[in-house]
Amino acid sequence: MNWLKIFKRRKNSDQEIAAQRLRLVLAHDRANLSPGMLDMLKDEIIAVISRHLEIDANKVEVNFTEDQREMRLVADIPLQSPRRRPV
Amino acid sequence: MAGKIITISSGKGGVGKTTATANIGLGLAMLGARVICIDADIGLRNLDVMLGLENRIVYDIINYIEGRCRFRQALVRDKRFPELFMMPAAQTRAKDAISVEQMKSVAQEAAQMVDFVLIDSPAGIEHGFRCASAPAELVLVVANPEIASVRDADRVVGLLEAETSTPARLIINRIKPEMVQRKEMLAPEDVVDMLAIDLIGLIPEDPEILTASNRGNPIVLNNGSPAGQAFLDISRRLQGEDVPFAPLKPPSFFKRLLGSH
Repeated sequence: MNWLKIFKRRKNSDQEIAAQRLRLVLAHDRANLSPGMLDMLKDEIIAVISRHLEIDANKVEVNFTEDQREMRLVADIPLQSPRRRPV
Repeated sequence: MAGKIITISSGKGGVGKTTATANIGLGLAMLGARVICIDADIGLRNLDVMLGLENRIVYDIINYIEGRCRFRQALVRDKRFPELFMMPAAQTRAKDAISVEQMKSVAQEAAQMVDFVLIDSPAGIEHGFRCASAPAELVLVVANPEIASVRDADRVVGLLEAETSTPARLIINRIKPEMVQRKEMLAPEDVVDMLAIDLIGLIPEDPEILTASNRGNPIVLNNGSPAGQAFLDISRRLQGEDVPFAPLKPPSFFKRLLGSH
């Protein structure tokens, strides 16, 4: 018996995978915004913010969060560290 | 005082709406309530066979709406409980043969006669669902612990919230406790958490549900079966009783050995 496999399954069970996929699908359904549209929205947000601030575009995260049935769009936009800013 | 009108819905088909309607209706009758179960699945009626009453049908809901029979004539009396009635759907008509207003008036007329009116909704979220849910004071949403079913149930809950603000409560059907235990199936608490509505029933998967429906004797009549008990618990909760949720146990070793997995 492959104990490693059993351990792996515990950590990433079918139950967890189903729950994660379901949460994501519900978030997009409830907001009526497909994953592709969310990506476009993210790109637009990055473009707008970049006009005023130096941001780390690769680390920007835009996601839905839910509190009961209330949906929220949360954007995490890290600024370019001033120390790393080219002079 | 008029009876309570409750609609059983799900969005997705095949998750156990009709089974739930038959069992909860029969359960309420077993507890002494007067009940009318209305089959709102026009064109695809099945509540009659679930209840074992298919041979007693003379008229149906559309006959009544079109004035071809009196209200009482469109009702089929249950053979086990004289205070339980079923109003069959028409089998050879389209879903739009009935309007929201007509469904409301039929349900309200039924509510004058009995303590509970249960409406078995068709699958989907279109006209048939809207008709079935319009008269309801409460909607019981049936879901199975799998992604597609929960997703569709969420649409139903969302529509109810947005359009009618009718309260909804959740029935999770076909739970396989041994699969939940092995973390191979969505856990009931996760489903409740995601749909964010109050739970009213947890029904374990049980092969006896099929054998019961083969005979037209819903499983709630079978004393001692966990699924039957779970349905009866829902009926009790609808009557206002505070019934704790029984922990779901995987089938015993012997039962699994006998193959009734």
